[in-house]
Amino acid sequence: MRLNFNILKRPKSSIPGFGLTMGYTIFYLSIIVLIPLLALFTEAFSVGWEKFFSATTDARVVESYKLTFYTATIAALVNTFFGVIVAWCLVRYEFFGKRVFDAMVDLPFALPTAVSGIALTTLYSHQGWFGKYLEPIGLKIVFTPIGITIALIFIGLPFVVRTVQPALEELEVEQEEASSSLGANRWQTFYKVILPTIFPAVLTGFALSFARALGEYGSVVFISGNMPFKTEISTLLIITKLEQYDYAGATAVAVVMLFISFAMLLVINILQRWSSKRRGMEAI
Amino acid sequence: MKTFNNSNGAQSESTLVKYGLIFTAICFLTIMLLVPLITIFIEAFRKGIEAYFLAFNDQYVLQAVKLTVITALIAVPLNLVFGVCASWAIAKYSFFGKSVLITLIDLPFAVSPVISGFVYVLLFGAQGWFGHWLIENDVQIIFAAPGIVLATIFVTFPFVARELIPLMQEQGNDEEQAALLLGASGFQTFMKVTIPNIKWGLLYGVILCNARAMGEFGAVSVVSGHIQGVTNTMPLQVEILYNEYNFVAAFAVSTLLAILALLTLVLKYSLEWKAKKQLEKLKEEE
Repeated sequence: MRLNFNILKRPKSSIPGFGLTMGYTIFYLSIIVLIPLLALFTEAFSVGWEKFFSATTDARVVESYKLTFYTATIAALVNTFFGVIVAWCLVRYEFFGKRVFDAMVDLPFALPTAVSGIALTTLYSHQGWFGKYLEPIGLKIVFTPIGITIALIFIGLPFVVRTVQPALEELEVEQEEASSSLGANRWQTFYKVILPTIFPAVLTGFALSFARALGEYGSVVFISGNMPFKTEISTLLIITKLEQYDYAGATAVAVVMLFISFAMLLVINILQRWSSKRRGMEAI
Repeated sequence: MKTFNNSNGAQSESTLVKYGLIFTAICFLTIMLLVPLITIFIEAFRKGIEAYFLAFNDQYVLQAVKLTVITALIAVPLNLVFGVCASWAIAKYSFFGKSVLITLIDLPFAVSPVISGFVYVLLFGAQGWFGHWLIENDVQIIFAAPGIVLATIFVTFPFVARELIPLMQEQGNDEEQAALLLGASGFQTFMKVTIPNIKWGLLYGVILCNARAMGEFGAVSVVSGHIQGVTNTMPLQVEILYNEYNFVAAFAVSTLLAILALLTLVLKYSLEWKAKKQLEKLKEEE
């Protein structure tokens, strides 16, 4: 059998520098990303199957997975609902302060997570602007899963808006005109014409927001209170285990989370392809 | 720009729906983004301007600022060089496995920051792969500045590359080929043809990379060891001050990071506009 060594051959191009740039790219990628990630998997294997299994099925760990999933799902759903509305308003309407709001959508990307963490905690604590009114009516936010969810909404907010926005911008008005001239009312046009077109983008935004929420740490630690079995998310558990020098336990939790992240990455890639296809663009 | 407002009948929403949606969007963004942002500044100035400036009259805070700047000064240029190399290799040639390579470059975005720091502990920590060798040779990476730099490089790894790859792919090879044909060397071509074409995208990537490098918390937290004055960056110092109930100081340091974030947003917004113009110009020329 002949192996395909095409990858090693110099591609035909008159532009110089392939060897240098490709070599450096692979070298730097390997030492910064690939080898360290490999270390994690090797470590997981050296722990041994039984220990790995018991570390990942420990009640406290399972509870942290559940909490992480549950809060990340709710946060991503909230972001999807409001994200579509925000994207719609930014694309379709003119209103006062639109440009400022548009630019501000990216704030959670730019603001360090520790800063957003302490700001949210202060706001929702019993003396804070929001907490002051919410606690008397029995809604305690800080140190509860609700607080974690709010932090995750903050951190995932830009994703849905920024994926749905271009899809809405590309939407052809003719389709809507056709729909309305065929007798559909506005809601039917939205539901049957607009929504199916932007649906893959909405789903991509949901997945991105969810994936980000799964791995979030900085904005959550302050508001969550970090009580085992109650408000302890998985990333925090990794740090707790590390601080106790339980490297095997930390590795086990981390590997499971990394697998989930990679699975999410795959799903997102597929969704993005579907999304650009649906919008009549060539998959990049 | 098209406006859809004045189209009539079933092609647009009723005014009630329209203003309802705008109201919902503005409320959501105000509650979730604007109010937390304002809180940072209000809390920082809660005890007056003097208390605010007093927070910076602290040796640990100043050392944290210094370490943050140094870290960014190392991490950003390294990722910039990588980004240019990677996008050159990916955009200018066709080869087998290109999409795999692009996915691998994006990988650090998919990994939780905590795990990004943790992998370096596994490599360079006392019990790690190179732990023995490092102890024997008296080199400390974890719980020291090099670990912080490494973790920062990891989390900011894709920023420049992912901005440049689509931009350079869009621009193609024609201009470079013309320059080479006219006798320019490879390096001259790169400096005089490629760089001017990608400068806005490049700057955009660098700005985002810098913002994340200065603001990273999770990954840095794992490798830092939290030694005040030695291995604390600004976000870590914010955490320490907050946990010491020194709220004014915590928010005072936060204002610096918030101003950096706002500056990043302004630059990002104006660069996006410039890059859009550049692409439109290219498309017109075609």
